[in-house]
Amino acid sequence: MNFTLKIWRQKDAKSKGAFESYKVENISADTSFLEMLDILNNNLIHEGKEPVAFDHDCREGICGMCSLHIDGQAHGPSQGATTCQIYMRKFRDGATITIEPWRSAAFPVIKDLVVNRSAYDQILQAGGFISVRTNSVPDANAIPIPQADAEESMDAAACVGCGACAATCKNGSAMLFVAARVSSLAKLPQGRVEGARRAKAMVAKMDELGFGNCTNTGACQAECPKQISIAHIARLNREFLSAKFED
Amino acid sequence: MSCFLSNSSLGKKLVMSVTGAFLVLFILFHMSMNITAIISPEAYNMICALLGANWYALAGTAVLALGVLVHFIYAVILTLNNYKARGSQRYAVTVQEPGVAWASKNMLVLGFIILGGLLIHLFNFWSKMQLVEIMGGHVNSLGYSPADGAALIAYTFSKWYYVVIYLVWFFALWFHLTHGVWSMFQTVGWANDTWYPRLKCIANIVATIVFLGFAAVVLVYFFCPCIAGVC
Repeated sequence: MNFTLKIWRQKDAKSKGAFESYKVENISADTSFLEMLDILNNNLIHEGKEPVAFDHDCREGICGMCSLHIDGQAHGPSQGATTCQIYMRKFRDGATITIEPWRSAAFPVIKDLVVNRSAYDQILQAGGFISVRTNSVPDANAIPIPQADAEESMDAAACVGCGACAATCKNGSAMLFVAARVSSLAKLPQGRVEGARRAKAMVAKMDELGFGNCTNTGACQAECPKQISIAHIARLNREFLSAKFED
Repeated sequence: MSCFLSNSSLGKKLVMSVTGAFLVLFILFHMSMNITAIISPEAYNMICALLGANWYALAGTAVLALGVLVHFIYAVILTLNNYKARGSQRYAVTVQEPGVAWASKNMLVLGFIILGGLLIHLFNFWSKMQLVEIMGGHVNSLGYSPADGAALIAYTFSKWYYVVIYLVWFFALWFHLTHGVWSMFQTVGWANDTWYPRLKCIANIVATIVFLGFAAVVLVYFFCPCIAGVC
């Protein structure tokens, strides 16, 4: 398969970026999207040009490191998959593919397609954890948890923190990420204890970092590679408002 | 607490939700009142007389104006905030995400159309009814009694352009409510995956009832002006 790639190139955070076009040829349909970019970078290095910088790590869809806005969609055309899980057979032979970095004020571009997503780490540091003594591992059945609660918690915990939600949201809102973190802990007895403090602290940090306000469009859940539901946002709203009214 | 309602993103959204709910209730009340004008213009004029320049109607008008003002100001603040959060560099290519309603992404634009319609409506009716009474007058600029709402409806909707303007206005309101009504439940946290289809269905029903209720009065008075005895 042959493709024309329209890729956002930007030297560094301060430089002004622009799109540049590249051709990749003889790509197998079973090549993953990131492998296709590796092939492009190989070609660019052989030509003595600067390779395209992009984020990646596990390439198994679980680390949340890959990003990319491909043809207008976060993580490209597949539903419920990260960029590393997309294969070139999803694209038409001869297609022009536009690749952009996440666009959100809280995710500034560092270079080419790489953005700084440390804002999500800062939100997590504000309260996305439980404070427990880390002694020996407790018995698995010491605290009974209803199966439905455990399932819901795990659904929220599937969030890999890739940033697709804020990158897709027309308001640049990080609500789905924060909601997934708050919800995964709020549904478990160990996390329940600090529920009120967590919701307040994480929302305050989210606001402080300049993320936008949720307007319930649902675009985040449509593009989330882990298909996290906005029902978790409703839970975050409940957690936050009840915590504030208890103040 | 007053702090989080103006400082926090979720607090500001709560204000939008509560004022929105209040305005939806008012709109349903207003629509029910209007329907009376089709059934009995005399009964409608009795309601108009009740809602003149007396203390309870004035207090209601003041609270309503405050509701509209707060809803509008917060909408502008939130949208400006969101615009800034999106960043100056926009995507070159975008697609419509599956399951995302057009109205949900255009609430401010719809809000401006609704506000424009509201100003026209205040000029057409409020300034010729309650305002005349507040100023101590007994006859409005059209020569009608300020409590003769039915005659005012007949006069306004005898003009085709007002019929068109009001229908566009109601259509914008329909779009606004299809998102707004279920969204206010989501914002206060009263929603989950089971309830989304139900809430969205309720929102569509409320929006459609409001549209049909208001549009019915406009169309009936346009096509059958004799209903108010003004032929």
